[in-house]
Amino acid sequence: MTSERRAFAYAPAPESRALVDIKPSYGLFVGGEFVDPADGTSFKTISPSSEEVLAEVAEAGPADVDRAVRAARRAFTGPWGRMRAAERAKYVFRLARLIQERARELAVLETLDNGKPIRESRDVDVPTAAAHFFYHAGWADKLAYAGLGPDPKPIGVAGQVIPWNFPLLMLSWKIAPALAAGNTVVLKPAETTPLTALLFAELCQQADLPPGVVNIVTGAGATGQALVEHPDVDKVAFTGSTDVGKAIARAIAGTDKRVTLELGGKAANIVFDDAPIDQAVEGIVNGIFFNQGHVCCAGSRLLVQESVYDEVLDSLRRRLGTLRLGDPMDKNTDIGAINSLAQLQRIRELTDAGEADGAERWSPPCELPEQGFWFPPTVFTGVGQSSRIAQEEIFGPVLSVLTFRTPDEAVAKANNTPYGLSAGVWTEKGSRILWMASKLRAGVVWANTFNRFDPTSPFGGYKESGFGREGGRQGMAAYLRSTDA
Amino acid sequence: MPRATTVAGAAKPSASRAPVRKTYKLYIGGAFPRSESGRSYAVTDSRGRFLANAAQGSRKDARDAVVAARKAFGGWSGTTAYNRGQVLYRVAEVLEGRRDQFVAEVAAAEGLAPRAAGATVDAAIDRWVWYAGWTDKLTQILGNANPVAGPYFNLSVPEPTGVVAVLAPQASSLLGLVSVVAPVLAGGSTCVVVASSARPLPAVTLGEVLATSDIPGGVINILTGAVAEIAPWLASHADVNGLDLCGTDLADAVDLERAAAGNVKRVLRPPASESDWSADPGLTRLTAWLETKTVWHPMGV
Repeated sequence: MTSERRAFAYAPAPESRALVDIKPSYGLFVGGEFVDPADGTSFKTISPSSEEVLAEVAEAGPADVDRAVRAARRAFTGPWGRMRAAERAKYVFRLARLIQERARELAVLETLDNGKPIRESRDVDVPTAAAHFFYHAGWADKLAYAGLGPDPKPIGVAGQVIPWNFPLLMLSWKIAPALAAGNTVVLKPAETTPLTALLFAELCQQADLPPGVVNIVTGAGATGQALVEHPDVDKVAFTGSTDVGKAIARAIAGTDKRVTLELGGKAANIVFDDAPIDQAVEGIVNGIFFNQGHVCCAGSRLLVQESVYDEVLDSLRRRLGTLRLGDPMDKNTDIGAINSLAQLQRIRELTDAGEADGAERWSPPCELPEQGFWFPPTVFTGVGQSSRIAQEEIFGPVLSVLTFRTPDEAVAKANNTPYGLSAGVWTEKGSRILWMASKLRAGVVWANTFNRFDPTSPFGGYKESGFGREGGRQGMAAYLRSTDA
Repeated sequence: MPRATTVAGAAKPSASRAPVRKTYKLYIGGAFPRSESGRSYAVTDSRGRFLANAAQGSRKDARDAVVAARKAFGGWSGTTAYNRGQVLYRVAEVLEGRRDQFVAEVAAAEGLAPRAAGATVDAAIDRWVWYAGWTDKLTQILGNANPVAGPYFNLSVPEPTGVVAVLAPQASSLLGLVSVVAPVLAGGSTCVVVASSARPLPAVTLGEVLATSDIPGGVINILTGAVAEIAPWLASHADVNGLDLCGTDLADAVDLERAAAGNVKRVLRPPASESDWSADPGLTRLTAWLETKTVWHPMGV
């Protein structure tokens, strides 16, 4: 351990786990109550930082998915569909308030189940989830102003499949707009992170949400597939890998199902020579090491202008030496656990491929805990554009560094990817920011900041990063039938 | 003098206990002062029975209220739209908790049966929720990027106009009042409102709700008294940016509108007859108190 690292030594500051009451087993949430799966199978969810089993969770089969879709349909044709919009709004506001009220509990549960630092679940995931419900609640009785004609209508039953990187936040991105627009939902959380969704089911009960408006079916890929392919699902919303997104697009071909897909990314974070270097380094670190790099819009490709390459890399290495990796429940932790063994293996495979491709690997001195799944913050320099670590989404704390000389070259390299979710630009020159933003083929461009999310701001990708937007007025379009046509 | 009736909600007069009655005062800068003039006037119910004495606000009270509203404008307009939405939603929450009290006051003020008064109070609560939902959507509905014919980024966004003086409707003592002040607040402006002259008591009690609802002091200031006396001072006040003439009659409105021209106030004229406040409010009362700001920035390497 270097003296610099000792200077940043902290006493342990663990959050209390006693704040949350995890049940030994969970059923499926269908029609407003927890029910056992038809064939009685279950799986275990573990804490990735300790490999401790947290709970047993029901695995929904096709019969369970069908039951959930039928419950959602009944609610849609019944109380939820008949309810006045202003009344519907108040239920969604209730959910926002309940998330706020039980924020600490949700944050602890998220960190236990997901492995992300408590600082992030407490300060980002949970408050942003509440904000999503609050923002969308207001839309419920204002749909005529959404730009979709005078009287847009809900689509019906939404089948929603979400990833494990932001379990509660992705749930809110899916459920809040769907409910505000008047749809009912069947949501499948990721198999490694089902617990906050199941606690959210309790919030639906506390809110007296009519039974069947929200249904939660836990399970793995097969459950998601059964949901997406269920003939009575009108709308599919998926966040996850591009491969699964393509499979969903194929599966629903020829049906009347509407779909939005929020898929992978390989964002360029572009640093010009006039950028404030310290701020840019903070942005680079936030861009790729936030949430262990388990972020579809992560700034995983750093493009640095050659003239400031040494300065940026020196500063970046120094900053990475101060990151604290370890117990996610510790309030001082910056980097938590990798979410699963499978993901850890994928990160290892891709980083090994990076080395094999000739890139130079560097990590700060960093002790990894014995138990659990961990990967140190890693930077690759000398990365060729065709290298797998420059092309494929690693979804881990791994940064690939490339260089450029001119703005045109930066644009060409940034756009040289099948993805198009996000991009970052660091420069003091406003006109250059706007010029770059107009040239970058990405759905979100952050300038002199990175990884900002807000319910009012539409999020989603170009190209193979998916289509449709979540958040803002544009996000409402995903859950409404326009009455223009 | 007619026998006094109680407006204290469910508390019925009993032989053994005399209820403690409330002093109805003004609401200025987050405090509840009496009128600096020391005046008050008797407020009666719809059948002429005495309810309470209300403060009879003066020119000085109106000016104090404008000072308070101006002082609060920077903070209120500077909060995020999300935060403003939550604060307005909180008003609905607190109002819901005091529903019975308002049902009694509105029934007494407007001569409504309890059921009709209840429906009016419910609508007033829901109106706060409606406007709470607008704070962070206005920019998305009213603002836009402009495709100018040149290498420029060009964006227009709504911004609050400043301090708005509102003459509240005379008939609808709570729902009408909420319907005219909530849009001022939702857009980020601050407000001085003159309550219904004959039915001011629900407005003063609403002040108590606002004072306990996370709305910063001064964001809304409530005056009671004679509209005809107070309105001209607000209409001609150089630090007031907007004037809602809703609660004045058409004859007085012309002079007030002329006075308002002194510093080019934005003016909402009174309706020919009092609006149906239960109808969908639309955007009119929001857009009345919003400016549009357009920002240009060059685009290029």
